[in-house]
Amino acid sequence: MNKIIITVVGKDTVGIIARVCTYLAENGVNILDISQTIVQDYFNMMMIADIAGAKQPFERVAADLDLVGKEIGVMVKCQREEIFTSMHRI
Amino acid sequence: MINIYEVNETNNMIQHENLDVRTITMGISLLDCACSDLAQVKDRIYQKITTTAKDLVSTGEAIERDFGIPIVNKRISVTPIALVGQAACQGPEDFVSIAGVLDQAAKEVGVNFIGGYSALVSKGMTRADEHLIRSIPQALAQTERVCSSVNVGSTKTGLNMDGVKLMGQMVKETAEATRERDSLGCAKLVIFCNAPDDNPFMAGAFHGVTEADAVIHVGVSGPGVVKVALEKARGENFEVLCETIKKTAFKITRVGQLVAQEASRRLKVPFGIIDLSLAPTPAVGDSVAEILEEIGLERVGAPGTTAALAMLNDQVKKGGVMASSYVGGLSGAFIPVSEDQGMIDAVNVHALTLEKLEAMTCVCSVGLDMIAIPGDTSASTIAGIIADEAAIGMVNQKTTAVRLIPVIGKGVGETAEFGGLLGYAPVMPVNPFSCEKFVSRGGRIPAPIHSFKN
Repeated sequence: MNKIIITVVGKDTVGIIARVCTYLAENGVNILDISQTIVQDYFNMMMIADIAGAKQPFERVAADLDLVGKEIGVMVKCQREEIFTSMHRI
Repeated sequence: MINIYEVNETNNMIQHENLDVRTITMGISLLDCACSDLAQVKDRIYQKITTTAKDLVSTGEAIERDFGIPIVNKRISVTPIALVGQAACQGPEDFVSIAGVLDQAAKEVGVNFIGGYSALVSKGMTRADEHLIRSIPQALAQTERVCSSVNVGSTKTGLNMDGVKLMGQMVKETAEATRERDSLGCAKLVIFCNAPDDNPFMAGAFHGVTEADAVIHVGVSGPGVVKVALEKARGENFEVLCETIKKTAFKITRVGQLVAQEASRRLKVPFGIIDLSLAPTPAVGDSVAEILEEIGLERVGAPGTTAALAMLNDQVKKGGVMASSYVGGLSGAFIPVSEDQGMIDAVNVHALTLEKLEAMTCVCSVGLDMIAIPGDTSASTIAGIIADEAAIGMVNQKTTAVRLIPVIGKGVGETAEFGGLLGYAPVMPVNPFSCEKFVSRGGRIPAPIHSFKN
């Protein structure tokens, strides 16, 4: 297991999750958990995914998702899970 | 599992509250580069630095990408050069040539500063120590990335007043040597009392002789995060205030700990310490002064400032030590004037004076930092200010430092521009009365007694 956190923030529009998930499916990234909220009209999604079986290395997945985000006008950010667990878990 | 609110909290800190890791500093021992042939010493130093630190910058950048956290600086500290060059350097000019090599090595590996052009003279000066100290003005004028520091006293040894007097002159000469750049050389020169061996922050970083061959230290930051957290605690009592600061400091430090462990693992260099300091930058919202104002001061420098800072500093440490088992360096709130917009504003409205800053340094790290003073301030007055600050450190068993910039050609009311992270500073007035006879006495101030505390 090699967990990453994908966050998507931007103006709500049709097909945001679909586009991101399509990319992940095509590249062998397994989604473990999805949650989303709308904060002041802004779409806010977080995914926990496993890249242990991914076809691409982490850097490439992060760069590609950044591009996918730009195409649909949202910000997609990819980070390794440890930064969140170290900050929020003792 | 991590939830969306925790993820958003972390990312908001990074994106909107200026959370960053301020520096990954690799300490490198140069003791094995010492020999009596200068050319060989220089060659060995260059080889050792460029080999040991060759992957430092790329590794730092990879960690930034992986965790999505900015790592602002990648830096190197080395063994005090007065020790390394002792056998080979016959005069100040030989030391200047070593500074040139350090500068080249820093450029080669891509770090923005290299610290350790230093001498430790808390009790006495060797011939080499004195040569190095006398070479500082030229070394800082002729190099771009080299930082220098001199330790002139400690709680155990007392104050070397000959060293203090000499440093007053060197600060002045460094200012003269870099006068066309608003005396920028002085921004790279720190005079310490009780200097730590493992400080990752410039300009005072050096790799102490008690350290291993190479080691990774990390300095965290995040005044903006503390400020925003305190906005939610407006009007609450001190218990709530302290809890908020501690929790925030814990979170900030855990990020530093993660980055330090990753850097250590990837570079195969042992992890040294985390420095818990709240280090401001000139960016709005990244200011220690703004935290103090959020705590309830109209301006920094108002009555209550010292108490507020003492509380802040203590809570940052209490939260931080829980987050990392190896805390070291300076660890506290930094109050550099030129690097903190809130401090600059307070000076401009006459809320903050040099004397109040001195009082503040009694309760926080590190000292009188990045303060511009009139260019015509005498060397003996600068030595007097150094002696005062060192005495505070000596008596209170803490690190204190002085980084003053006598801006040649400028007076009170004018502004010195240093650029980048070093910022800009209004020139502050200095007490005009002389201490010439005091600093000219020569010798040492003995170590203080450690009983009968009052």
